[in-house]
Amino acid sequence: MDTTTLAEVSGNVATIGYGLAATGPGIGLGILIGKTIEGMSRQPEVAGQLRATMFIGVAFVEVLALLGLVTGFLFT
Amino acid sequence: MANLALGAAMTATTELAADDGDTTGFFGWLFYSDGFHAPTVEEFFPPAIFGEGTIFEFNRIMLARVIAAAVLILIFWLVARKAKVVPTRGQSVVEMLLDFVRTQIVEQVMDKHNAKRFLPFLTTLFLAILAFNITGVIPFINIAGTSLIGLPIIMALWVYVLYLGVGVKQHGLGGYLKLSLFPPGVPKGIYVLLTPIEFLQVFILRPATLALRLAANMMAGHLLLVLCFAATQYFFFEAAGAMKAMGTVTFAAGFAFTLFEIFVAALQAYVFVMLSAVYINMAIEEEH
Repeated sequence: MDTTTLAEVSGNVATIGYGLAATGPGIGLGILIGKTIEGMSRQPEVAGQLRATMFIGVAFVEVLALLGLVTGFLFT
Repeated sequence: MANLALGAAMTATTELAADDGDTTGFFGWLFYSDGFHAPTVEEFFPPAIFGEGTIFEFNRIMLARVIAAAVLILIFWLVARKAKVVPTRGQSVVEMLLDFVRTQIVEQVMDKHNAKRFLPFLTTLFLAILAFNITGVIPFINIAGTSLIGLPIIMALWVYVLYLGVGVKQHGLGGYLKLSLFPPGVPKGIYVLLTPIEFLQVFILRPATLALRLAANMMAGHLLLVLCFAATQYFFFEAAGAMKAMGTVTFAAGFAFTLFEIFVAALQAYVFVMLSAVYINMAIEEEH
């Protein structure tokens, strides 16, 4: 039985790693920012405080995605 | 970006001559490609201007840092030299920046007394990071001074030493360790889990993530811009037929990402200073 190759993918499978690494933080950011907006619309008078707290949280979540980016360069 | 694109163009041209590829047929003409080369991490190790091989090696990124620092000092020297009670236009812009750090960052986190104490340090940090970040989108410099990890590490270590220092000064060595490693208000058994986590947090993860976040953001931003503009150059001048139209898309994306990078430069300066203020405040605040 002879096989015919119709399509071929070449390259390193590790390149999909960053995509995987970004999913978790993506979900996290969605929840985090969504909840902040919810809080802001419920209580607009504390919007500034919520925004400041949100940015601290965003910084923590974001660093996970960035670790994924950095490991892509480290383990090639 | 101009010289980068030029470099990419040169490599692309030589490869075009070397590798003709399959250009026969309609689809061959439509989707012909000699293989576009995406930017790599080599971007951040440009050739030395002088002092190659020594520890004083001076390259484009160092030059960007020197320019950013000089411009920052120049602006503040010019403004402070003839500061008036009724500010001129330039002075009011600078005052707006200083006021932003005070009211929007530091006083949001600390009480008035502590805010006054740490404001000079945090303002310096904010303005320095902003200046070093913004060089990433200035034409003909086009690389952020903070995109190599060295400078962020220095800044993070500065914050690290400061918050450990003020913590120990405030509570004494034992008091500070007890406060940060054994946070009050949890059942005794939980400390088995909590203390190692807190130790990692306070002594390793905080400074490491501060430095890494800034450097990785600037690095990612720069790579994104290089990718967009190198692709634009490639599509317009190297690619065949219908692929040329893709160049407009990548150019628009490059333009949009440039605007986004300006936002990121300011946001990262804000986040870095905000977290520094939070860490310092955690070190000095009383038990509660």
